[in-house]
Amino acid sequence: MAAIPAEFSSAPVLPKWVVPVLLLAFAYGVVPLIGSSYLFEAILLPFLALSLAGVGLNILTGYAGQVSLGSAAFMAAGAFAAYNFNLRVEGLPLIGSIFLAGIVAAAIGIVFGLPSLRLRGFYLAVSTLAAQFFVQWALTKFSWFSNDSASGVIDAPRLSISGFALDGAVGRYFFALTIVAVLTFLAHRLVSSQTGRNLIAVRDNETAARIIGIPVLKTKLLAFAISSFIIGVAGVIWAFAYLRTVEPAGFNLDRSFQILFIIIIGGLASIRGAFFGAALIVVFPLALSRLGGFLLGDVFDSGVLDMSQRIVLGALIILFLILEPDGLVALWDRIRRRLLLAWQTT
Amino acid sequence: MALSGSALGLMEASVYAPEVFARGLPASLLSGEQAEGRAVSVEPVAGPAPLLSLQGIGLSFGGVVALADIDLSVNPGEIRAIIGPNGAGKSSLINVISGVYRPDRGHIGLHGIGYAQVPTQRLARLGVARTFQNLALFKGLSVLDNVAAGLAYKVRSNFAGQVLGIGRSREERRDSLNRADQILDFLDLAAVRDRLAGTLPYGLQKRVELARALVAEPRLLLLDEPMAGMTANEKSEMAAFVRAARDRFATTVVLIEHDVGVVMGLSDRIAVLDYGRKIADATPDEVRNDPRVIDAYLGVASDNEALSRNEGRAGI
Repeated sequence: MAAIPAEFSSAPVLPKWVVPVLLLAFAYGVVPLIGSSYLFEAILLPFLALSLAGVGLNILTGYAGQVSLGSAAFMAAGAFAAYNFNLRVEGLPLIGSIFLAGIVAAAIGIVFGLPSLRLRGFYLAVSTLAAQFFVQWALTKFSWFSNDSASGVIDAPRLSISGFALDGAVGRYFFALTIVAVLTFLAHRLVSSQTGRNLIAVRDNETAARIIGIPVLKTKLLAFAISSFIIGVAGVIWAFAYLRTVEPAGFNLDRSFQILFIIIIGGLASIRGAFFGAALIVVFPLALSRLGGFLLGDVFDSGVLDMSQRIVLGALIILFLILEPDGLVALWDRIRRRLLLAWQTT
Repeated sequence: MALSGSALGLMEASVYAPEVFARGLPASLLSGEQAEGRAVSVEPVAGPAPLLSLQGIGLSFGGVVALADIDLSVNPGEIRAIIGPNGAGKSSLINVISGVYRPDRGHIGLHGIGYAQVPTQRLARLGVARTFQNLALFKGLSVLDNVAAGLAYKVRSNFAGQVLGIGRSREERRDSLNRADQILDFLDLAAVRDRLAGTLPYGLQKRVELARALVAEPRLLLLDEPMAGMTANEKSEMAAFVRAARDRFATTVVLIEHDVGVVMGLSDRIAVLDYGRKIADATPDEVRNDPRVIDAYLGVASDNEALSRNEGRAGI
């Protein structure tokens, strides 16, 4: 018993902002110096895009409790909207296109969030599938969206922020990192605001929330809008900074599931969780392929890799749901507390 | 889950409060004259107009009658208990008053305004707060934030202002935290202020729910079995808190309770329900001696059986 108060008193050693600031300083100052182009292209860029999508989905699913399987659709909407704004509106800076793309994704999110006013849980999840199929269909069907390109695949524009061109892997990394950092900070502010607490209240007990006067319908639609905005911008990063091409097929149902897995594994209702989950999802296949190649040699081809990846990932999700429903974040916090405790007793 | 979900969804769609007797009768009219010539048996009350008046409330689920022709009139500042055996319709009545259910017949008068269904979304603004029979706290929020959530209906700032920390959002937050802290002190919950609500023991969670309802300083407080599942100690503590809340905020209290003993000491008047009908509505002493109440509550039984049942109860 006596150990418990000691544990609690020792936990907040540093102010909350220290770790994020150090991480950002590292990401801006150190990583570009030591990173290889492989690190940026294959790991950091998809990690940043998926993390941001995870942050967005976490606002909707983790905080507001509305399950969505349409994340990739909102990414696609963002990517194509940004492409078209950039293409068709003269003189609009890239950052303006990206912002407007987020607004478009938010509007689509509100439309497909309307069923949430009536539906819950699995039923809502199925209705968000409509977004997934509809958006992908519309983008394929109407070639206007891809500027009548024959293949439906279009090249992303050059990246620049206020006239400052960001070319090459490192430039695109700075571009993605900046957007992700700003939006993550705003998302953090949001979830610790009154609106954020309303989201949690609607998730935890909708009837009680309504009775005490929380505008439940407005709160749900706002969650869809904000979440879709962030996921839409994540789609822009995915297409413009990571893949450098924009095509509907890249935003299929698999991607939606991937983002859902990210927040389940990382930790629901946690901003950090999205980053933990995305890190695992991105690094894990690479690690698995290295390990498989090392242990099994040529037998371990891409087909086997793909299959074993799905099996292990599925097993991981089941394990997390059973053993640690709060995700990697909870695991991390526990380990850190143990270490702190051990460090203090020695 | 699915069932309750869809039921709630339906309720959202139903039209709120197309007032049946829509003329919005002023309180003075409502108290005296039942102008419509309704055969309503509300005793003419001398003194203040009733804060809450139910007239001819009927509610059934499928073929099951939950409430039949219920009249109830609660005066300002009163503590009114509603008791009755399981399934007597007590919780249904609270749900009707708070607008969770729409009654098939009758209407609900709040501050002299009649509603066919009380608009749940505006309930807090109407000065009505309630607790739930099964805990309905927001488990993922701290105790403090749960209580502060009771003031959510007052929030005027929008999310953008809150994210950027501009406008009235800071002021609102400071104000609601202050008031939440005051209520936490008042209900002796300051020690658990920063704990997650879901991690508290049951009795404390019940008290946090009371705090969340009280923080808005409602004129009418509906308590759905506030002492269910508590130990004798916790019950008397809770009863003291309810009384203190009434005295401090001049709140009118309507409470449902199983424990007749606690109710007798706490309430000014007691209404007794049985099979959805009101069979008594009087002071605790009168109710205690009412043969119909005794029948309903203990069942019509020979003296021996009643005795042994009582003993069995005492043994629990």
